[in-house]
Amino acid sequence: MTGTGTDDAHRAAELAARSSYGRLVAYLARRWRDVAAAEDALGDAFVAALAAWPRDGVPDRPEAWLLAAARRRLLDAGRHAAVRARTAPDLRAAVDEAQDASTAAVFPDERLTLLFVCAHPSIDETMRTPLMLQAVLGLDAARIASAFVVPAATMGQRLVRVKTKIHDAGIRFEVPDARELPARLGPVLDAIYAAYGRGWEDVAGAEEGRADLAQEAIWLGRLVTRLLPDEPEALGLLALMLHCEARREARRDASGEYVPLGSQDVARWVWPMIDEAERALHAAGRAGIAGRFQFEAAIQSAHAQRGRDGRTDWEAIALLYEGLVRLAPTVGARVGQAAALAEARGAEAGLAALDAIPGAAIARYQPYWALRAHLLGALGRAGDTAEAYARAIDLAEDPAARRFLAAKGAAPPRRG
Amino acid sequence: MKYTILVYESPTELGARTDGRRQPAYWGAYRAYTQALKEAGIMVGGSGLQPPSVGTTLRQRDGKRQVQDGPYAETKEQLGGYYEIDVPDLDTALDWAARCPAASTGAVEVRPNLVM
Repeated sequence: MTGTGTDDAHRAAELAARSSYGRLVAYLARRWRDVAAAEDALGDAFVAALAAWPRDGVPDRPEAWLLAAARRRLLDAGRHAAVRARTAPDLRAAVDEAQDASTAAVFPDERLTLLFVCAHPSIDETMRTPLMLQAVLGLDAARIASAFVVPAATMGQRLVRVKTKIHDAGIRFEVPDARELPARLGPVLDAIYAAYGRGWEDVAGAEEGRADLAQEAIWLGRLVTRLLPDEPEALGLLALMLHCEARREARRDASGEYVPLGSQDVARWVWPMIDEAERALHAAGRAGIAGRFQFEAAIQSAHAQRGRDGRTDWEAIALLYEGLVRLAPTVGARVGQAAALAEARGAEAGLAALDAIPGAAIARYQPYWALRAHLLGALGRAGDTAEAYARAIDLAEDPAARRFLAAKGAAPPRRG
Repeated sequence: MKYTILVYESPTELGARTDGRRQPAYWGAYRAYTQALKEAGIMVGGSGLQPPSVGTTLRQRDGKRQVQDGPYAETKEQLGGYYEIDVPDLDTALDWAARCPAASTGAVEVRPNLVM
């Protein structure tokens, strides 16, 4: 035993929570096929730790202590539940647990299993990311709620409901086999990227809950690449997030105003992060299987080139977008392609690409209107330009982006 | 776990049951599927159902029985039958549901049975 006192106990509990929360939940959830029960038991174990550790000292292996305590809770709860509902699986798990109790020191990393459960196709798509953030990272419902701009109580209820479904529907706690893996990995990566997007949108750090969601998403991305080192799309997603994250600070100037990618000071990009992104993308390419995230990362990699030699190869970027649009014809990809075409071949080419996007998709898509306004301005079509700027400003969530667009819209249109 | 595979079929599909030309393929596909479930040793029970027009819907309200002709809800796809299977988890149940003929023509819903 090392250390005494409440501070040490708190610090040890916090450290154990940060470094092993997801592993503990994943391990317990898999054994009991019940995420909610695993979280509850682990929560109780942390409470017990904060009572016991200041008194008895912090144990040598805090994780093992927490796991043993959580298992006791689950066994007790399992016995009650088994008597109440006569459910066989709980009893079976209880027997397994009793036999395993001696091996508490080492336990397998089941976080990948848990990620696949969170992004299971039978789970409501909008709840996959919140579920991951809570079950694997231990974020509380209030923080997740603020990132998703819903009331904390609402998010709490949704999380409870979705965990109940995991248990009651009998979702399998296993990493899908090789045959199913490609189809099942997609939703896992999408959910991680959605978490990153939530954090990325928070450019100004305006909302407490969103501020470091991007970091959490990168952490999950690293976790997946560590556990599935040969999956090119997992590496592609990590590369994409790292490229974007490397430019976070450069997106704002000294007075907090928005700076578009082309005007960013490359000295403010975080180069070690870009290097890591390039290594991940390179490793992804070795598999020789193209994918959406690899294309997106390759586009960001092409933008990073400006930091090395001051040049941006817009033709290459337009070509990469073409590949991306073929794989994933999202409105975002098509607007990106139009922007690249405008840079490579002129505003008319960009505008033609914008015009080819189906009408329903663009009505509320802010980047479309920002680009449209920019291109119309370059072509000297003053009336249309003002209208497009008005829509872009109206749809912009970020106040700095609104100010940036308002300033551009007010400037006299230049001929491109 | 016990799951019920609810087989939803469009009126056209249900019509194939009695349409001389399409009948053999329709019944052949269901016979093969049922046989596969039996051979896998997971089939607990199940039955095809007569068409919704022959159905009767009942509601018990304030101690009174309200009986109504036809299915509970007019929807495009109707419950045509069900299979009850016993498999380890949802993912196995979904694999079996995917092989049901209606998965390709209508829809199948998989629900865990209540433990009573």
